[in-house]
Amino acid sequence: MIKPITFIVDGKEIRGREGQTILQAALEAGVYIPHLCFHPDLKPFGSCRVCTVMVNGRPAASCTTPIAEGMIVESSSERIREYRKILVEMLFVEGNHFCMVCEKSGNCELQALAYRLGITAPRFPYLFPKREVDASHPEVFIDRNRCVLCGRCVRASRDVDGKHVFDFAGRGPEKKVAVNSKGRLAETKLSSADKAVDICPVGAILKKGEAYMVPVGKRAFDRKPIGAEIEEKGTDLQS
Amino acid sequence: MKKPRVATTSLAGCFGCHMSILDIDEKILDLIELVDFDKSPIDDLKEFTARCAIGLVEGGCANEDNVRVLRDFRKNCDILISLGDCAIMGGVPAMRNGIPLEECLREAFMEGPTVYNPERRIPDDEEIPLLLDKVYPCHEVVKIDYHLPGCPPPAEAIWKAVTALLENKPLELPYELIKYD
Ligand code: SF4
Ligand code: SF4
Ligand code: FES
Repeated sequence: MIKPITFIVDGKEIRGREGQTILQAALEAGVYIPHLCFHPDLKPFGSCRVCTVMVNGRPAASCTTPIAEGMIVESSSERIREYRKILVEMLFVEGNHFCMVCEKSGNCELQALAYRLGITAPRFPYLFPKREVDASHPEVFIDRNRCVLCGRCVRASRDVDGKHVFDFAGRGPEKKVAVNSKGRLAETKLSSADKAVDICPVGAILKKGEAYMVPVGKRAFDRKPIGAEIEEKGTDLQS
Repeated sequence: MKKPRVATTSLAGCFGCHMSILDIDEKILDLIELVDFDKSPIDDLKEFTARCAIGLVEGGCANEDNVRVLRDFRKNCDILISLGDCAIMGGVPAMRNGIPLEECLREAFMEGPTVYNPERRIPDDEEIPLLLDKVYPCHEVVKIDYHLPGCPPPAEAIWKAVTALLENKPLELPYELIKYD
């Protein structure tokens, strides 16, 4: 039998199961903790740190920290909110995010996090790095200007599609998503039906010919903040 | 009572944010009850005539004249607002930031596929302000007090911001009014 575990998030009691992470148990209980590199269909990776919470007074990534009986988690306090804002702002200045011309705008998880956190401008100077675009593939392109190095494509291609099309190359500011061919995306086995293509949270890996299909106002995050569905589920669970 | 003054300008912008100011529709009549415009393309005043309560800046800094105007706004306005994505992060003009300036000019005036320029001369009249190495967000040049994102920012966001600040209230934008597109 799987052992039930009770712990506290922001003063609220949450019941999870042994083996779950804080993020998994919270989401299941209808408590939204902002996150970016985590995806329910993939193994946790713990790279973006957007899901950081205080666990018994110390910061930890909620997507990789297993729950324990009586654990006290702080997720929506002022200081955690501020940490998250800082992290998301850094993601914006580290890349080239021209939302006004981005096909993903309105459906982008990074942008939606910034909206939810009420970010109107980052506090750090923009780096405007030089990044490569690869549009060689007939159905898919990768625009590294918008990549946040979340590793979702790497994990999805390796663990779900079984192709290992993507991997990281380089370190620090040089780190980038590389493809497993000498040359370009066109020479890999990538298909537009791959999980790796659908799972990018931002506009870095996109299918061609599908841009701007949904009108402004009807896109995923036009009216409701990211996480709203989870929180609605939470309200239903309580009533 | 003397009305507070508002100044506006478009630096490296497309005037879209100014269109959004006008997009407050009939509230524009309320606005001119509330404020007087000072230096602004709306009344075509070229220089400041008095101290302003609020300055609205569209566009980032792409050339030395943009920097001069922005500093002038900082000097003459109590509250300075970056209006729109170009003021906040450079916007479309900043797409040149990854390309060396010389290469941009060569492509634009000499080598672009539709360029006709037999003298192969890059415009260098002294009336033309010098370009900066890259396009800078306004808050990287002077202190900016508030940012209203959007391309353009919704008219409602501009209205809410200006009226709240004039009444000395905190500026709180609801979810629907913080948008980057
Ligand atoms: S990927 Fe997201 S944050 Fe980046 S430009 Fe596109 S919409 Fe904006
Ligand atoms: S391309 Fe997309 S999925 Fe892959 S690491 Fe970059 S942001 Fe993540
Ligand atoms: S979601 Fe936990 S580190 Fe990215």
